[in-house]
Amino acid sequence: MTDATFNSNVAAVGRPVRRDIGIKRRYAAERRFRFYGVAAIAVGIFFLFALLFSVISNGYTAFWQTTIELPVKLDEKLIDPSNQRATNPNVLLTANYPLLVRNALAEKLGVSTTDRPAMRDLSKFVSDGVRNQLREMVVANPSLIGTTQTIPVLAGADIDSAFKGQINLDVDEANRKVSNRQVAWMKELADEGVMRQKFNTGLFTYGASSRPETAGLGVALVGSLYMMLIVLVLSLPIGVAASIYLEEYAKKSRLTDIIEVNINNLAAVPSIVFGLLGLAVFINLVGLPRSASLVGGLVLTLMTLPTVIIATRAALRAVPPSIRSAALGIGASKTQMVFHHVLPLAAPGILTGTIIGLAQALGETAPLLLIGMVAFVVGYPTTPMDPATALPVQIYMWANEAERAFVERTSGAIIVLLLFLAVMNIAAIILRRRFERRW
Amino acid sequence: MNKMIYTTAALAIAAAMSVSAAEARDQIQVAGSSTVLPYAKIVAETFGETFPDFKTPVVESGGSGAGIKEFCKGVGENTIDIANSSRAMKDSELKSCIDAGVKDVEEVRIGYDGIVFATDINGPDWKLTPKDVYSALAAKVVVDGKLVDNPNTKWNQVNPSLPDWDIAAYIPGEKHGTREVFEEKLLAEGCKETGAAEALKASGMDDKAAGSACIQVRKDGKAVDIDGDYSETLARISSNKTGVGVFGLSFYENNADKLKVATVNDIVPSVETISSGEYPVSRPLFFYVKKAHIGVIPGLKEYVDFFLSDQMVGPDSPLAEYGLVPAPDAEREAQRTAFAEGKTMQAK
Repeated sequence: MTDATFNSNVAAVGRPVRRDIGIKRRYAAERRFRFYGVAAIAVGIFFLFALLFSVISNGYTAFWQTTIELPVKLDEKLIDPSNQRATNPNVLLTANYPLLVRNALAEKLGVSTTDRPAMRDLSKFVSDGVRNQLREMVVANPSLIGTTQTIPVLAGADIDSAFKGQINLDVDEANRKVSNRQVAWMKELADEGVMRQKFNTGLFTYGASSRPETAGLGVALVGSLYMMLIVLVLSLPIGVAASIYLEEYAKKSRLTDIIEVNINNLAAVPSIVFGLLGLAVFINLVGLPRSASLVGGLVLTLMTLPTVIIATRAALRAVPPSIRSAALGIGASKTQMVFHHVLPLAAPGILTGTIIGLAQALGETAPLLLIGMVAFVVGYPTTPMDPATALPVQIYMWANEAERAFVERTSGAIIVLLLFLAVMNIAAIILRRRFERRW
Repeated sequence: MNKMIYTTAALAIAAAMSVSAAEARDQIQVAGSSTVLPYAKIVAETFGETFPDFKTPVVESGGSGAGIKEFCKGVGENTIDIANSSRAMKDSELKSCIDAGVKDVEEVRIGYDGIVFATDINGPDWKLTPKDVYSALAAKVVVDGKLVDNPNTKWNQVNPSLPDWDIAAYIPGEKHGTREVFEEKLLAEGCKETGAAEALKASGMDDKAAGSACIQVRKDGKAVDIDGDYSETLARISSNKTGVGVFGLSFYENNADKLKVATVNDIVPSVETISSGEYPVSRPLFFYVKKAHIGVIPGLKEYVDFFLSDQMVGPDSPLAEYGLVPAPDAEREAQRTAFAEGKTMQAK
């Protein structure tokens, strides 16, 4: 071997001889590999942007809602004709409030109230949600009866869609949900400036509704909040306690090996399985109510626990043994060593893992289907025992609706959910950046 | 840090304990068919607004079968009160209900749902008959008196008056309640008309086997099962402009600016033609009430009464506006009296 090199060196005198060690080939391989990498990232980014583009372009309009500023005469003759409201408060609850709004609109547009087809078109022009809106106003303050109030009323869902240009007005009038007459009224009111788009606060405050304009994420937000609190309160202490025991106290034996393998396997179990478990245990056995965010929280806790345990164990393992030895060396007990030294140093890692687990739980729908949380819930839940839905569930339900106005709301709800997830992930990154220590 | 952990753990356990002492449910719980869901939602919402004393009912979706299964789990506050269904409850389901202690089930028929064929709005007019549907979509058809695997690839091979489009039909999947109507009213009918039923029987099948062979859909990809909702069918039509989709009448009416509806036997589907029975492809919609829960769950009786009242399911009601085909006056009246009398279903 040495001879061979020596000989070739001798032969090289005067003219450098290149040995073929495949440099070209290896450079080419490296360039190729880099190209694959860039291509992979480019594909990923392309799909991310395609997703964001389709969601945002479909959904940004959901944050605006067409409203009409309308002077409505709260006519006593229509609300309480025989003046019974002092003795019978039900009169105010059952009064025909949409009629008041319809008459006000007819007056504004100069339509005769005896023109029945026109009046039918008019009643579709505004949302039926005005019934609730006016009722709440009048019940809270009966002295308003007899006065004229300028009230922002929501436009009907189809009018809202047409106003935003989402309904194709070129097709035959019979084949679309808005009539030519309604389009003319729309233009008239818009030119006058009383009909315009406002920020859609209702999207965040209303509960579920079959009317798109009064459908909102309120109940879903509260339900998701309850579930996240339950998941946090349960999975963090249980997960941390389990991992501290496994990592710091338990002797390595066949039993702990089996536990470890099972925890890792549980993290990969499809989430719907946890839903089945929740239905069997929490609802059928323990007797918790259906559709309640408590049950949802418990099911999601089970789902999140393995993630939290795995993250916590990794964080504990990352604390150098010298810290443990030093603590024990100056006479700390094992518990003191764990709680005074190891745990605080591992905390950022634990919190990051927990937040990622929570974010995963926030986006979960499948297990909620079986415990009755994929439901139409109008009223706000006051406790976690009341029926509620969750953000991803609301997206799923809206995606199945027939009305055009739900299309933008579906994407709008996705934007809200993505924002929540982004905030949670950013929080995890900040926590890691600020508190993480490297050795 | 450790104190905090102990406190939160204690709190969590306390929260879990307080749960077992759950109080009586004061809210109606409904589950079942996704076809009935939009109607049930409208009624639930209006019910909540009209009766301030009662909470708005919770309506779950999940399908007729799943809803009835949940309904038949037993009696008590942790079980649902009403199951929505786009088909009648089967005998086997009623038996499992009775076995689980749900002895008294009241059946309520709310109206009818029409099933329509629709194509992209810019396409030509379509006129279909059960015969065309069968020849285009069935697994086996009769050609020259012989029973063969369906050879048709274009609609105009089925019927020269249909356009020269490749056959691509998006039909409801097998778990869909709509599928049953599609099979019964179109395939089985077309099977008879084309003479395939006779040919199947002649090949040595008994009536039952021939009946189920009649409703077999071709499996070569020309007929696509859609297991999701109608919005998925709509998406398929918008990406394949020569596709034909099956929709509920209400879904079509909400998207009439994107879809063109086909006639069946020259009848245009509409609320009028369906309630008169002229349009052949329709089905009744139901819900089932647990009698044992009436009087226990506040508002249950009022909810059913409200649902059956003319202001909800009558000809000018919000449900009719959404696309439900109201039952004739006499039938609505009969449903109301049956519920008032508390008539229950009997197992056969």
